[in-house]
Amino acid sequence: MILAGTHAPKRSIDGRKRPLVAMDSVSKRFSSGTLALSDMSLVVEGGEFVSLLGPSGCGKSTALRIIAGLGDASSGKIDWPSSRINSRGLPEGDISFVFQEPTLMPWQTVFGNVHLPLKLRGVSQAAARPQIVEALATVGLKDFADAYPRELSGGMKMRVSIARALVTKPKLLLMDEPFAALDEITRQKLNDDVLRLWKETGITVIFVTHSVFESAYLSNRIVVMKARPGRVHADFPLRTSLERDAHYRTSEEYRQACEKVSTMLLEAIGSGEH
Amino acid sequence: MSTQGTASDTSAVIPSSFRNRNRDLLLRVLVPFFVLAIMVLLWHIGVTVSGVPPYILPSPVAVANALVTDWHTLSPALWITTKITLLSLLLALIGGVGFAVFLVQSRWIEIAFYPIAVILQVTPIVAISPLILIYAPSTQVALLICAFLVAFFPILSNMVQGLKSVDHNLLNLFDLYGASRWQTLLYLKLPASLPYFMTGLRIGGGLALIAAVVAEFAAGSAGAGSGLAFRLLEAQYRMNIPRLFAALILLSLLGVAIFALTSFISWLSLHRWHESSLKREN
Repeated sequence: MILAGTHAPKRSIDGRKRPLVAMDSVSKRFSSGTLALSDMSLVVEGGEFVSLLGPSGCGKSTALRIIAGLGDASSGKIDWPSSRINSRGLPEGDISFVFQEPTLMPWQTVFGNVHLPLKLRGVSQAAARPQIVEALATVGLKDFADAYPRELSGGMKMRVSIARALVTKPKLLLMDEPFAALDEITRQKLNDDVLRLWKETGITVIFVTHSVFESAYLSNRIVVMKARPGRVHADFPLRTSLERDAHYRTSEEYRQACEKVSTMLLEAIGSGEH
Repeated sequence: MSTQGTASDTSAVIPSSFRNRNRDLLLRVLVPFFVLAIMVLLWHIGVTVSGVPPYILPSPVAVANALVTDWHTLSPALWITTKITLLSLLLALIGGVGFAVFLVQSRWIEIAFYPIAVILQVTPIVAISPLILIYAPSTQVALLICAFLVAFFPILSNMVQGLKSVDHNLLNLFDLYGASRWQTLLYLKLPASLPYFMTGLRIGGGLALIAAVVAEFAAGSAGAGSGLAFRLLEAQYRMNIPRLFAALILLSLLGVAIFALTSFISWLSLHRWHESSLKREN
């Protein structure tokens, strides 16, 4: 798979990896006065799979939206050391966002929906066709290009949403609780798909979830956040020598990972209430 | 369904579902038609049995006769009314959509201008029509303005509603990909408000005809350029009740035609994707 295939992380002169995105003490206060995010710093390297995990109201979605440029930070800044920045301070074309809902245009076919990001850049349907077909093939929906969203199941709609996010070959994929509304079987299937994508393309993923199991299964780094105000509670890598697949789900190592994440989450919830 | 063999199975499925759908369609046309025919028959029998004079209630046969013999006076009038209705509807569509797009550009524009549109709407047009008649260069233009004013508002208010109810996540998505204002309007806001537009179109089409008739009553125009409403009044003055009925029938046929046309346009543009056009299959 050559989608998003050109992100061998750029290296600086001293040979160290340059981070993809660096949040530097970012805070966000809503107009209602609520401090949604307090002094959050997070450096994500190219190729990482980071899960932002925490109770509701911990600012994990807010953090993701600020990274995407949907809403400004009240203070602090975000750097993109290895990207070209546009006038709005965003690495245009380098980031994609997958929302909790599929967020498809019902009046467009699957093909038209996946075409959207390229259409907005002025790429015609004919010129974009190879990329669209490739993105649809990546999520296994090549045969559904002419279907309308209403004809698809919830899981398939989500795949279309992922294909749309991939069609621009971004470096960074931001996912905001993308599978929260799906049933467990569909969710596991899509988790495997996202993992496969991540391995094949080398894309960097920041994944917001409230599921301990999902985050332990997917990520190689977990950031646990706590609420009121939203801030980082713990930030640790999650390594495994095993292939993450059906066998991993039943392995002792996965159980331990879940336990560790779970403990951290309980800590975060406990200390958040004081 | 025939089950002669696996090869013929698929070919047997398609025609039979087609047949079902055609039968359904046929029944949907035939049943109302049949009911209507019975009502006309009852009307005819009622008139014949009771001996009501034709200048009070003519029989359907007399009305049909009037329709044929007076066709040379009624058909130009029908054409005029059709023209005024469709032209005013067209202007209302352009004006309503254009003004709606203008209104949603900023909150202050909406605060400043929306009340004016409401005032125009809530003022009964019969009350403004004498003024419009004074200012308009001809009666037909006056009728056009009246019908426009009435059809304009439902299209405007539906469009404003539609443009404002765009999915926020989709708006975020367009922002994320750096879409321009124009792109967001063209690719997101206008298509998203299509169902609302179609509602406005169907309401506006009906109202345009009503307004064209009411305005002509108020204008009291006469002569070659007059529409069906005037012919209807004229027939009443002359106690030519069969012709009045004939004009009335033409008006309702025109109304039905406009309804059918707007419904068809609505179906054509929405049936592939919008929930309102879907058959529920449980």
